[in-house]
Amino acid sequence: MKMSMLSTKAACNSHGQDSSYFLGWQEYEKNPYDEVRNPNGIIQMGLAENQLSFDLLESWLENNPDAAGFKQDGDSIFRDLALFQDYHGLPAFKNALVDFMSEIRGNKVKFNPDNLVLTAGATSANETLMFCLAEPGDAFLLPTPYYPGFDRDLKWRTGVEIVPIQCTSSNGFRITESALEQAYKQAHKLNLRVKGVLVTNPSNPLGTTLSLYELNLLVNFIEAKEIHLISDEIYSGTAFRSPSFVSITEVLMDRKLMDSDVWDRVHIVYSLSKDLGLPGFRVGAIYSNDDMVVAAATKMSSFGLVSSQTQYLLSAMLSDKEFTENYIYENQTRLRKRHEMLVSGLKKTGISCLDSNASLFCWVDMRHLLSSKTFDAEMELWKQIVYKVGLNISPGSSCHCAEPGWFRVCFANMSEETLEVALTRIKTFVDSITIPDFHHHHRSRKSLTKWVFRLSSKVREANDR
Amino acid sequence: MQQMLSRKASFNSHGEDSSYFLGWKEYEKNPYHEHHNPSGIIQMGLAENQLSFDLLESWLAKNANVAHFKEDRGGSSSSLSSSLFRELALFQDYRGLPAFKKELAALMGEIRGNKVRYDPNKLVLTAGATAANETLMFCLAEPGEAFLIPTPYYPGFDRDVKWRTEVQLVPVHCSSSNQFRLTSLALEEAHKRALKQKLKVKGVLITNPTNPLGTTMSKDELNHLLDFAISKKIHIVSDEIYSGTVFDSPGFIGITQALLNHKKVRVGNDIWNRIHIVYSLSKDLGLPGFRVGMIYSENEAIISAATKMSSFGLVSSQTQFLLSNILGEKNFRKLYMKENQKRLKERHDMMVSGLKSAGISCLKSNAGLFCWVDMRHLLCSNTFEAEKELWEKIISEAKLNLSPGSSCHCSEPGWFRVCFANMSTETLSVAMQRIKAFADATCKADQISYQQALYSSQKSSLNKW
Repeated sequence: MKMSMLSTKAACNSHGQDSSYFLGWQEYEKNPYDEVRNPNGIIQMGLAENQLSFDLLESWLENNPDAAGFKQDGDSIFRDLALFQDYHGLPAFKNALVDFMSEIRGNKVKFNPDNLVLTAGATSANETLMFCLAEPGDAFLLPTPYYPGFDRDLKWRTGVEIVPIQCTSSNGFRITESALEQAYKQAHKLNLRVKGVLVTNPSNPLGTTLSLYELNLLVNFIEAKEIHLISDEIYSGTAFRSPSFVSITEVLMDRKLMDSDVWDRVHIVYSLSKDLGLPGFRVGAIYSNDDMVVAAATKMSSFGLVSSQTQYLLSAMLSDKEFTENYIYENQTRLRKRHEMLVSGLKKTGISCLDSNASLFCWVDMRHLLSSKTFDAEMELWKQIVYKVGLNISPGSSCHCAEPGWFRVCFANMSEETLEVALTRIKTFVDSITIPDFHHHHRSRKSLTKWVFRLSSKVREANDR
Repeated sequence: MQQMLSRKASFNSHGEDSSYFLGWKEYEKNPYHEHHNPSGIIQMGLAENQLSFDLLESWLAKNANVAHFKEDRGGSSSSLSSSLFRELALFQDYRGLPAFKKELAALMGEIRGNKVRYDPNKLVLTAGATAANETLMFCLAEPGEAFLIPTPYYPGFDRDVKWRTEVQLVPVHCSSSNQFRLTSLALEEAHKRALKQKLKVKGVLITNPTNPLGTTMSKDELNHLLDFAISKKIHIVSDEIYSGTVFDSPGFIGITQALLNHKKVRVGNDIWNRIHIVYSLSKDLGLPGFRVGMIYSENEAIISAATKMSSFGLVSSQTQFLLSNILGEKNFRKLYMKENQKRLKERHDMMVSGLKSAGISCLKSNAGLFCWVDMRHLLCSNTFEAEKELWEKIISEAKLNLSPGSSCHCSEPGWFRVCFANMSTETLSVAMQRIKAFADATCKADQISYQQALYSSQKSSLNKW
């Protein structure tokens, strides 16, 4: 079978699925942890799933059988749903979804359902936006570290390039003006035309919400360069602690930019995969103020429509305001507790995390456990953690982090008991590799600096909002 | 703002300005309703199967648990249902729900009289055939390369196959002189034409049973096609989404069967790696809203690439689960297909005889949800302008939305695709009456205008004769 029989897209590896992000996943699948049947197996901590609030969804389903049963007010609407393939989406669902999005933003922003395009997951939404905003060979700037899946979602079939905006631990991985400018220059050096910036807010893998300062920087930047901004806000409902989540829309409104060109160049991506924990249902959305983007994306959504069966079920659920209010609150409470459990558990082991207030994971600092300050050492450490400790966590290099030693560790995709087991394993591992005294001093000095920095950054954040 | 967006977003290359879509829009402004709007436009341009919902609904009524995420696994249903909901909510594996793929493979085999067996591991699930076709193009061709396609063809292909992939479609002209059958000559001629346009041909895309003709391809046609693909070393994509709608003899011969029966092809011939089938539940089961499509191929590299690409359009796990249960009941499955085909035949016959009494003939057909109707005798001239005029008159006077052959890229004017399975028998009756009245009036009008011409100027009319 000659390779030329396939397209280059099909034949090459640019789908990015050879990165360790996916390899760790594969290792886990060979030997998955199970409390009873495989207590020595690998614990999956590399999957950003939200498994904490299914009971809330299930009790709603029990109390509202019509929604899953294709019934409306007791009458069957199976036929109507079976035939419904309108790429404008089920109106009731879009209405409920924009209301839900507003609620998450403390009702400070109102969204128009006509500007919402439904897609089969955020994966589809992101790719579709690339097709709408960029030519093959154009580039989007992305702050590092970023979600490994973007290498496939944004680049593979679209031919779009990603140029990283390098963020570093020196300032808590915050986006800076110089980093933006540097990335822009870099793109030009590579002869790439920059079409926009894509940020994930709250951030994956950092777990932090973008500060007001960063958001304003971004607006200034895209204004000046006349480019687009995509704000992937799929974790917006998972902000569990202050500072609260500030949407890019809020910032534009505060700056009275609703009638400006910039307003039309900011596009939001959303999904129910993280907030509601429903990745299997494939519900994503694009929100844009640009009518042409909405029109084009709507037609493109033909390639990944949301099942009408699913649209109906969720329209009923999200229309129940009592339910959504309680869900958002309770879900965030549980996430906060879980987050706290992981952070304090790691702290006892002498491992610190980036101070975070959202998402389903922590950005964990294991630099002091590296044998050398290199990505090779990070890979070594990662392999030890996967194979010896039995935890699948995501190494920072798979997220294109500029510095070795950081890992993304998920906390919402397992039971409390399993998390305890994971923490115990980590402690055992760290204790076993504890190095003699003078290194010990060196490590504690490093952590002191970290603490000092974190205090000062807290002060700055308090000033932001 | 236009240069801010990609060319794909800005152009009409999505093909949605064709009359196929415009007629749809007219219908939406003034839709027929038996009681509320009896003089509205009857939609006969939508290839939907609305004939057998009662069978699906009665199954759902008998198995209500399935829609509510419950399964007969024995033991307490409430605790099992909670784990099932959770499992499905989290299930986003692009390899698809194994139980669902198993039933789909079995269904495909049954449709082909079990003369072929399909391996569920070679099946890739996609959000509808729309996604399947586009995905195959991404896998088989580079931007700028071409696929040959027999005319007339489904107007949606112009968008699905070309838009984001930038693959070209080169028509293989079929004509009424031999009932629009595909010939070797036509294939060779199209191939030459492609080469002249400096287009590299990667394959042929066929729809079998054919849309808009409603015919199954004959053994000879398939053999010619296979010989052609073998000699040119190109792919065949066989869109078999109407395979379950074959209601009359000759029976359905799919591409797999044709290849198995091909006298000169040995098992292991490389052509086996270049045959790819597209299927969907939108036509046979009448479930376009549920977005269930699939690709089948023996080519492992294609399956691997297509599987990863399906991330951009996965089928909702909620829907996969429901349908794996419906299709999992073998007896129901068989009963459904048989009864559905019986009803389609009745409807087809009703339309054919209705048209006949209006002096209008159809291409003899044995499948699909529509007839290919010959209205050449109603054209005022043998041109596409006349066809457009006729189409506009049919919408405005007869108040019927049919699809003109030009929207299907037919090389001869005067043919129309008319759907019969997307309405009640009463509505079809009304439609037939309207066509008869329209045809009678048109003939009379022709007669009258002839008489007028005759009386007004004897000389000129003499010349006309």
